[in-house]
Amino acid sequence: MANFFLDNEFLQFHLSHPLMKKIVELKENNYKEAEQYDTAPIDFDDAMDSYAKILEIIGEICGDIIAPNAESVDEEGAHLVNGEVVYAKGTQENHRALTDAGVYGIALPRKYNGLNFSMVPYVMAAEMVARADCGFANIWGLQDCAETIYEFASEELKNKYLPLINKGYTCSMDLTEPDAGSDLQAVQLKAHFDEQNNCWRLNGVKRFITNGDADIKLVLARSEEGTKDARGLSYFLYDRKDKAVTVRRIEHKLGIKGSPTCELVFNNAPAQLVGERRFGLIKYVMTLMNGARLGVAAQSVGLSEAAYRETVKYANEREQYGKKIINFSAIKEMLGNMKAKIDAARSLLYENSRFVDMYKIYETIAKERSLTPEERTEMKLYQKLADAYTPMLKLMSSEYVNQVTYDAIQVHGGTGYMKDFPMERMYRDARITSIYEGTSQLQVVAAIRAVGTGVYLNQMKEYETQSIKPEFESLKNKLIDMRTRYEMICEKAKAVNNAEIYDLIARRLVETAANIIMGHLLLADANKNDMFVDSAHIFIAMADAQNREKENYILSIDETTWEAYKQINR
Amino acid sequence: MSFRIVVLAKQVPDTRNVGKDAMKEDGTINRAVLPAIFNPDDLNALEMALEVKSQIPDATVHVITMGPTRATDIIREAMYRGADGGFLLSDAKFAGSDTLATSYALSKAVEKLNPNLIFCGLQAIDGDTAQVGPQIAEKLHFAQVTYAEEIVGVEPQTMTIKRRLEHGFEIVKAKLPLLVTVHSSAKTCRSRKANLVLKYKYAKAKTEMESVGNQYKKLYEERPYLHIEEWNADAVNANVEHLGLNGSPTKVKKVDNIVLTQKDSKVLSACDNDIEQMMVELIDSKVIGG
Repeated sequence: MANFFLDNEFLQFHLSHPLMKKIVELKENNYKEAEQYDTAPIDFDDAMDSYAKILEIIGEICGDIIAPNAESVDEEGAHLVNGEVVYAKGTQENHRALTDAGVYGIALPRKYNGLNFSMVPYVMAAEMVARADCGFANIWGLQDCAETIYEFASEELKNKYLPLINKGYTCSMDLTEPDAGSDLQAVQLKAHFDEQNNCWRLNGVKRFITNGDADIKLVLARSEEGTKDARGLSYFLYDRKDKAVTVRRIEHKLGIKGSPTCELVFNNAPAQLVGERRFGLIKYVMTLMNGARLGVAAQSVGLSEAAYRETVKYANEREQYGKKIINFSAIKEMLGNMKAKIDAARSLLYENSRFVDMYKIYETIAKERSLTPEERTEMKLYQKLADAYTPMLKLMSSEYVNQVTYDAIQVHGGTGYMKDFPMERMYRDARITSIYEGTSQLQVVAAIRAVGTGVYLNQMKEYETQSIKPEFESLKNKLIDMRTRYEMICEKAKAVNNAEIYDLIARRLVETAANIIMGHLLLADANKNDMFVDSAHIFIAMADAQNREKENYILSIDETTWEAYKQINR
Repeated sequence: MSFRIVVLAKQVPDTRNVGKDAMKEDGTINRAVLPAIFNPDDLNALEMALEVKSQIPDATVHVITMGPTRATDIIREAMYRGADGGFLLSDAKFAGSDTLATSYALSKAVEKLNPNLIFCGLQAIDGDTAQVGPQIAEKLHFAQVTYAEEIVGVEPQTMTIKRRLEHGFEIVKAKLPLLVTVHSSAKTCRSRKANLVLKYKYAKAKTEMESVGNQYKKLYEERPYLHIEEWNADAVNANVEHLGLNGSPTKVKKVDNIVLTQKDSKVLSACDNDIEQMMVELIDSKVIGG
């Protein structure tokens, strides 16, 4: 009888952000769809009520079905039977419950059986599902593929495949290969056009494909013979009904065992082109990847929430030396830091979701009519912000969930190391988040641009202009001080004039910026709602200390130190 | 003519999680402190009705509930799960009804819909009598099958039904029109469906509409499927003498709280050996004899 939406005031808080009014108004085209669809809202309050009602349904399924199944799913995993994937029993039950409730595809337009939900509630659903079962969150989250189909595929493909999402058809994005992991330009899977049957044919191997036996697959393949780089790659849709892909194996993984990771063989598999040739990687995968990174961030926050709740409960029950362990400072420090990180990551998650919402909505509107110059400016601004925030968010939230689950086991002590408690599963599940959909190191590569262009700095200054209650002045001043020191190290970094050294300190530069931005977000939240006050204090203290350490490191790196790093080759 | 299925459902106080103020001094339930929910067995009944509906073309499922205006909550809940609509049976004259008066009022309401099939939960968690369903069947001269766990077969004039019994099950065939009371072991009710929740969230009885904003009043006018019809005693042609306290022979004299001291039980088979063994034990423990 648990409901992961109703029991989480933080989600309800973020859902009620002031920018939602504008987002929903644009998304619902001034509530005109109500004339056509009986599920469309007639005004803002109606739309928010609908969001809450649907999140309540998903929250209930998460609490009553998915979370109780998580342990058995982890134990059973998915099976390979005659070249096909059979989900664990619990996974099947989870998927059926969500399908029956009609909550797949809620972010799609209504004409494709969707509910036209904005990104914010959609991301909240992903967070709740991950809190219930981190591995299952992938099967749920891969419905993101529908968005790529919606944005780039032909009308014919859209009409055929998008309505199926709501019916529970699953998706996968088939990108990586044995020799093409982070470096997707190296993709080799071959696509050639079959004139006789008027379709493309795919041949080759894909590896590490999450939910690899999905109904609808988006496959990155080399359509231009003789090419070796990204410009020879196109994007294809493969329909499982064609039965031309064999699952060669399901990987044995450390965690997220309910999510089958597959090695696939494409045997002259018929496929249809998504969008235009040659834009596979440079445009479509990049877009899809941004969505997927947001998804991993939601997954990270959801899993952190689950770990934190278990840990607080345990610390309140477990007694040592005649008192509950939660009363020891050493435990309180861990719990306080865990909570602060979760609150900060979540605030960043929904801030970024709103940015994505804003520019995507304008993009959709632009398909119907031309935007006004003001709208165009606004779209560009939000796109720039989303591009800057997405890698920062993915980096921080995935690193945090690793730290949070680490501390969660620490608070549990030996008990946490045992299979009897869910902590060890969560710890294993967390590990992948900083690897897939772009490793932390690759997030830094994307995010460091926004350090260079000053996007982060401008945002910090923007946040500084917001007025706050007098009791938070000292926190704000600390953040301002942190920003001036950030500016100083950025200047130093620029002056380094050595690209390799810049790469070496890049991560710390991005993290420094992230700490300040999250500090501001928590401060703004605390200003609105008391439940953030403790986390704001803890987070800003922690962030300040961490930034000083990063600053020291950055300032101490010189040619000599770099030379020492360069010697590392064996 | 379509195939009409009626589900009788009740909004009940959630007696599964009771606190210390759940009972008033006079031994009756303090409804104010307990959340109002869809009676659990009635949800099983709704599921069974929806499954039958899916097997018969043109079948409809309507819910009838007797209670105060807020009982429309469960009509909406049923619509979120696939029911076509519902009726609220509400009148001050129903107050104080025991099972006899309740079954009378409900049977009068059911008559208006002239159904082929009626489903109701075996019993309500606030009374646990399991009498209302059978009494309605008697009054309507319907065949009745109690303790139903599963509909095994749907034929044009009959239903084949699996009944859950204490030590097993039996499968029976019954002619329509038929009333079925559904056991808690029957299939759990499906969840609310997203698009139906959004479609029906403003479904209301007329008296509820007074308190909503004008923009929703307009919506209500335009969309007839949002109307939950309300019936009072007159609307169902009920004789006032059979309603409420007048029509209720049951008088509660006193409620005692009985705590069973012995927790264990023993099952004996009806053979001479077991009975002899029991006698020996009872004599040894001085429960009987001297």
